[in-house]
Parts: sequence; C-alpha cells; structure tokens
Amino acid sequence: MVATMEKHIFTVTKNAALAPNVYEMQLEGPGCAARVPGQFVNIALDGLYLRRPISVCNYDGRTLTLLYKVVGQGTRQMAALGPGRTLELLTQLGNGFSLDVPGRHMLLVGGGIGTAPLYWLARELKARGREVSVVLGFNTAAEIFYTEAFRPHSDRVLVATMDGTAGTRGFVTDAISRQGLSFDYFYACGPTPMLRAVSQALSQPGQLSLEARMGCGFGICMGCSLPMADGTSKRVCKEGPVFRKEELAW
Amino acid sequence: MVTTRTHISLAGIPLDNPVIPASGTFGFGAEMAQVYDLDILGSISIKGTTRHPRYGNPLPRIAEGPGGVLNSVGLQNPGVEKVISEELPRLRRLFHKPIIANISGFSVDDYAWACERMDGEEQVGIIEVNVSCPNVHDGGMAFGTQPESAAAVTRAVKAVTTKPVFVKLSPNVTDIVSIALACQEAGADGLTLVNTLLGMRIDLQRRQPVLANKVGGYSGPAIFPIALRMVWQVAQACSLPIMGCGGVATAEDVIEMMMAGATAVQVGAENLRNPLACKQIIEDLPQAMDRLRIDRLADIIGAVR
Ligand SMILES: Cc1cc2nc3c(=O)[nH]c(=O)nc-3n(C[C@H](O)[C@H](O)[C@H](O)COP(=O)(O)OP(=O)(O)OC[C@H]3O[C@@H](n4cnc5c(N)ncnc54)[C@H](O)[C@@H]3O)c2cc1C
Ligand SMILES: Cc1cc2nc3c(=O)[nH]c(=O)nc-3n(C[C@H](O)[C@H](O)[C@H](O)COP(=O)(O)O)c2cc1C
Ligand code: FES
Repeated sequence: MVATMEKHIFTVTKNAALAPNVYEMQLEGPGCAARVPGQFVNIALDGLYLRRPISVCNYDGRTLTLLYKVVGQGTRQMAALGPGRTLELLTQLGNGFSLDVPGRHMLLVGGGIGTAPLYWLARELKARGREVSVVLGFNTAAEIFYTEAFRPHSDRVLVATMDGTAGTRGFVTDAISRQGLSFDYFYACGPTPMLRAVSQALSQPGQLSLEARMGCGFGICMGCSLPMADGTSKRVCKEGPVFRKEELAW
Repeated sequence: MVTTRTHISLAGIPLDNPVIPASGTFGFGAEMAQVYDLDILGSISIKGTTRHPRYGNPLPRIAEGPGGVLNSVGLQNPGVEKVISEELPRLRRLFHKPIIANISGFSVDDYAWACERMDGEEQVGIIEVNVSCPNVHDGGMAFGTQPESAAAVTRAVKAVTTKPVFVKLSPNVTDIVSIALACQEAGADGLTLVNTLLGMRIDLQRRQPVLANKVGGYSGPAIFPIALRMVWQVAQACSLPIMGCGGVATAEDVIEMMMAGATAVQVGAENLRNPLACKQIIEDLPQAMDRLRIDRLADIIGAVR
C-alpha cells in the first residue's frame, strides 16, 4: 500500500463521551485523512513533544471519526476540545488493512478501544458483499460502545465481557468458540495479549493491527521497528500497523 | 531558497545553507523525499551505519519528556555493505549534493572498517564518526567519554580515508573540551556537537522504566541550551569547524548555534514531530537574517566569544 503522508489542520465538529473515558471525535479538514481502513493519523497536541497516533475509525472523504480512550496527558487534552477547535494532523499513515483476501465470511475481532479501526473496515467489507461477523471484547457492560454502530455494516455483532455482565463471559476467543462461528478470514485489533491469544486460537489466516510507541509515525526514526517471524524487522508505522498473522514472531 | 547569503564552506565543502538533518532522524532520505525536495538541504547525515547489520534494542524504544524525545533505538541499520549497495544509490537519485556518512562501531577496528568502505563512495563528502557507542573491548565505556579512546578512533579512521572526518561527540562527559582537543590532535577535520544526553523515564503504573533498555538518549529543544554551551566552549578552545546539533527547531536556533561557533547546524528530533522542520527553517532563514541585520550567515560564525 503506497500512501503519502500529508500534514493538515482539521477542525473538530463533534467530541462526545461514548463510555467512561472513551470518546468519539469527528473532524473535518482540507486534505485526505486516510486512503484505506486501518491507517492512522498522528496528532500534535499543545505542550507535548511527540504526536499521538490514533487510528482512523471512519472516513468518508469529508468527516474523519476517531475513537479514543483517555489514558494520559494527550488523550485528556483531546477530550477537552469542543467543536471549532483545531488539531494539526499527519494523515494517511501506515499500510492499513488489505481487503483483497480470499473467502466469503470475514470475522472482525476488537478488544476495547481496538474496536476503532474495525468500523470502517466492516463498512468496506460489507459494501464488497462479504459476510461480516464482529466480536467485541470489553471488561464490563458499562464500558461497551459502538456495538450498535456496527449492526448496519455486519451480519452479526457478538460481545464478550470479562465479568459476564453482557454477552459471553470471558475473552473474545471464548465468544468465538462458544458461538461456533465458522469464518474464512479474520481481522483483529486490540491489546497485545488479546492479539496473541486470537492469533493462536484461530487457525484461519488473518491480519492484526499492532501498536508501538512511536517517535515519528512515518518511518524515519526506527523507534517502532518490530522483529518479524522471518528474521527481518518491520516498522509498525510504515510497513504496519497491520501485519499478516504469519509475519508476526508470535 | 538558495541564496548566496546562506552559503557556508564546511571543511572545504561548499554548502548552499548550513541546515543538515541529523543522523537517525531522517533515515536514508527515501521517506522524506516524498515530503519535500531534498535538494533544498545543505547536506544530509545518514542513519548511523555499522560494520554488521543491527536490529538494535527491544521495544519500547521511544519515550517522551518535556520538550524532547528519549530514544533507545540502538543503532538499527542494515550494515555498511547494504547501505552502500542499496541505500546510497537510492539517495543519489533523490539528493544531488555530497552527503555525510555517519558511522558507528563497537571496536576501533569496526570504525576503521566502516570508514574505509565509505571512503570509496564518491557521494560521501564527509565522514561523521559517532563515538557515543560502547567500546566492547574496554568494559563498555563509550569511546567518546575519554580523550584517549576518542583519539584512538579518530586516528584509526583518519588512516583509512582522505575525506574530511568529523568526530561526533557525546555530551555525557564532564569536560567536553578535553575530548574535543584530543580529537583535534589526533587529526580530526571537524567536530559534531552533540549527540543525545543519557536519560530515563518510569511508567508509574507498571513501576518499570518506559524503555525496554531502561535508559536512552534524550534530545529535542530541551537540550538546546546544553548543546549550545558545548559548541561555544569547544569553539573557544579548538580551531576545528563545528556542526552544532541539539534541539535546533527554528531559523533563530540555527543563527544562535552559528553565533556560538557552529559552521553548520544539524536538526534532529524536530524532524520527527514536524516532517517539514528543515524546509521551514531554510525558508525562514533569510527573513530571520533580515530581522537580525545579518548579511551573510558566514559572517556570524563564532561571533560570540
Ligand atoms: C497505530 C496506533 C493506533 C492507535 N489507535 C488508537 C485509537 O484509535 N484510539 C486510542 O484511544 N488509542 C490509540 N492508540 C494508542 C494511543 O496512541 C495512546 O493511547 C496515546 O498515545 C496515549 O497518549 P497520552 O498522552 O494520553 O498518554 P501518555 O501515557 O501520557 O503517553 C506518553 C507517551 O506514551 C505513548 N503511548 C502511551 N500509550 C501508548 C500506546 N498504547 N501505544 C502507543 N504509544 C503509546 C504516547 O504516544 C506518548 O508518547 C494507537 C496507537 C498506535 C501506535
Ligand atoms: C531516533 C534517533 C536516532 C538517532 N540515531 C543516531 C545515529 O544513528 N547516529 C548518531 O550519531 N546520532 C543519532 N542520533 C542523535 C542525533 O543525530 C542528534 O545528535 C541528537 O538527537 C541531538 O539533536 P536533536 O536535539 O536535534 O535531536 C539519533 C537521535 C534520535 C532522536
Ligand atoms: S515511529 Fe519512527 S519509524 Fe516508526
């Protein structure tokens, strides 16, 4: 996937809490935010030296949607931005998901805030006539978000919660096996332990979107370079963040 | 913008302007060539290259501090042979001026090896020797922390190249002047001042260092006054040309570094947060010079004594 980074000022049009500490922000700007689902933007914030990488949750050529969880200074600053405020973004970063995969039935697995990049992916897959199943994992019912948003773009949405307050009790992998879902290919994004568990539990081929602490986000610092199964290394920000299951060293 | 007002001569090499992306913050140029025309730059210092390919340190390798970035990349590079066979030919098509080959090593031999290979490359105008690496034959002390070992590396590389050699010094020392003087006596043609400052961050939740390597090199605007002070101190004591480096983010910073004694100026961490940093600095220089009534940049080098 050849993508060229661009730098743009985007204006916040909406910013609202979806669940405790999880926000949905919508922005509009003069340039392209992303070419394919799974890409990310890198956001400059006041008083913070490094930008903050956030996945593109949805982009329709005009409105950019981000989902983010408040975990520190930068995301706290984002949560306080009302409509009309501006953010400087580096856009079209990373490779994004490859939609050109074999099979009919696609399984999308998200853990917590890792749900974000799967939304646009579901839309695109559904629009291409694939069967789309979505499995989302959360800690507890009160933390659930976006399950309704997925419904129009998927054939089924399953939920797993760690405490069993909604859906299947346990991990996303428990929900998948309990439901006996048969699928041809999977896409996953979420915390690293979840991604490991998913890639070990599922025998089907798939793609996983990873995170790394980033210096630049566009390939020049080698700060995010990850060892691969074949002995090479790849930059999460440039050759990633999406990798095929067999590329990963786990 | 190329005007004669910004011309400088660095160890005999004419540069259109003194702005040079610092090693490790610009890759080998290919990614940045998609952002702007590299030919606007004075030169480019390529990613630190070692004799053998290196993956570097485990992730996470990046942390943050006020006004700067902490990195423990650990000199990831494809090794000198691959840099010469793949990266330099690619860069030659993107950048049509002499480049700076930044080399690193873990023994005096390593340095000489990498330098000798780079010496054969026409495109390389200057060899920049990063002596911030640990000497594996001497308890892991960085070469650049003692005058004797810094001089030993300088002599070894000078023996295998006719190109100008700039020794890039570590700021993690008590007396940078003594090390600069040792490099000058050993035959260095110039100095790059400075590399990153050793630093650390702790993840309070995990009660663990943020970096897997525990410590890393700190750089960015936070270190500018320290780098500037070192450039100035060394400029008072040494006659060698200096590339000033550390926290440079604006055209004014370039001018300040030059007034302190730098002939050219490298921009590092700022490229990471602002991919257009060098371009903006170069475009801003003429106006900044006008405001400060500077006719030619070359006139202000070492103006402050
Ligand atoms: C490709 C990619 C996509 C991402 N997409 C999303 C998303 O859609 N929604 C979302 O909420 N979060 C996402 N993250 C994680 C998000 O970048 C971090 O939560 C955020 O940077 C934390 O910043 P902070 O200032 O609030 O926290 P702090 O703890 O103050 O951050 C300190 C430093 O750590 C870095 N950092 C902290 N946590 C992470 C992390 N998990 N991954 C990478 N760097 C981190 C920050 O960038 C910063 O340099 C993504 C990360 C990557 C790499
Ligand atoms: C991510 C990163 C990688 C670096 N890699 C190298 C390197 O390979 N060789 C080297 O001599 N210096 C390296 N440096 C140091 C810079 O070239 C520069 O000396 C230092 O960062 C100070 O300048 P700055 O404050 O403008 O960043 C690196 C710095 C960073 C931030
Ligand atoms: S974050 Fe700089 S190379 Fe990936």
